[in-house]
Amino acid sequence: MRAQLAVIGRDVSLAFRSGGGALHSVIFFALAALVFALAIGPDLALLSGLAAPILWAIALLSALVSLDRLFQADFEDGSLDTIVETADFLELSVLAKSVAHWLSAGLPVVLAAPAVALLLNLPAEGYAPLLLSLLVGTPALSFLGAIGAAVALGLRRASILVAILSGPLFAPALIFGVGAARAGAVDSPQFLPAILLLGAITLFGALLGPIAGAAAIRLNMTA
Amino acid sequence: MSESRRHNLGLRVEGLAAARGGRVIFESASFVLEPGATLLLKGPNGAGKTTLLRTLAGLAPAARGTAETYLDGGPRLRLDELPAPRPDRRAASIYAGHADGVKASMTGVEHLRFWARLYEGGADRIEIAAGAFDLAPFVHLRAGAMSAGQRRRLGLARLVISGKPIWLLDEPTAAMDAVAAARLAALILAHNAEGGAALVATHDKLPIEAPALILDARPPAETQ
Repeated sequence: MRAQLAVIGRDVSLAFRSGGGALHSVIFFALAALVFALAIGPDLALLSGLAAPILWAIALLSALVSLDRLFQADFEDGSLDTIVETADFLELSVLAKSVAHWLSAGLPVVLAAPAVALLLNLPAEGYAPLLLSLLVGTPALSFLGAIGAAVALGLRRASILVAILSGPLFAPALIFGVGAARAGAVDSPQFLPAILLLGAITLFGALLGPIAGAAAIRLNMTA
Repeated sequence: MSESRRHNLGLRVEGLAAARGGRVIFESASFVLEPGATLLLKGPNGAGKTTLLRTLAGLAPAARGTAETYLDGGPRLRLDELPAPRPDRRAASIYAGHADGVKASMTGVEHLRFWARLYEGGADRIEIAAGAFDLAPFVHLRAGAMSAGQRRRLGLARLVISGKPIWLLDEPTAAMDAVAAARLAALILAHNAEGGAALVATHDKLPIEAPALILDARPPAETQ
């Protein structure tokens, strides 16, 4: 466990330094929201109806911004060797890297979401359910995204491949995330089941991502 | 065998073969690396030195053959003296390759602390590692501001921090000056004196007298 905590601490600290990707996700998130707000124009009613789906979609895209570097940077500078070498279970190290990715790319987006939601005219009663759904659902993006990042390890121009591989895996989180955010805004009874399913998707991702990601890393390190 | 030796673990390799991308890199490597011994791994480019070291480190799979650690005769080590809960190959060895394993935006001190946590329980060895590679003049710099030779010395400091008995080194003297290479040679000898073993791929830049293990280049016809 100490080794995994060391990896999380190192990755989060690296992400917030110059050259780290932590701010990139948040800046991308805000910029994408701005693009939607400008494109939809001054129709405030339309904008507020679309705010929750847009926020979820751009949160998903902003997770992709830094996913392709999840293992690639360590692979290139040799520190992935030391991580593999010290891991009793590589799956736990992949889990640690995913947790670090969420802490440095997912959590900042969740924290920035209320400010960005203002831009999209999200109705006041929509804030709490949206934030809750992002908080519960965005970790699934980091866990499942680790699979694509591990599969694309060592390839040039991996970022587009990571996006293609991760897209289908992200779909359930997106669907139930938006569902929960919308249902919560109108006090629908579907809110609780949607949030619970979203939590189940995150837990499933926390299991599948490390197992599949570790298998892909083992394969790619030897190729 | 002296009681003061920290390590007591050797490596026995029999008929080891490795393939990479469907191509056989080397076949039937057999040797014994005894506790307290150093072997210099020699061979032309492409003979499979790096692949052999990575296979032994558990970072790449073997196609055939075995590589296992063994406890030297004499007093059996108590379980808590073993380098890791499982005395298997990966837990017993540390690999240092062409890449230094350092991050440009982290300082030397941060790297040493990180490795101490990663290799679990090496915190007391940070000072020893910094002394062994004379890191003091640049240890507070970011690795990105260090020279290639300084980064290499920083990267190799994790050998000492890890406390592992078997060192697998791939061209460790690359980018090093003569003084640093001599320090590394002295460190490997000190590691040997403690019972530690080292397998070092090198092109004669390491000033150390040790038996050589030669890997032959494979004729092109067989590599297809």
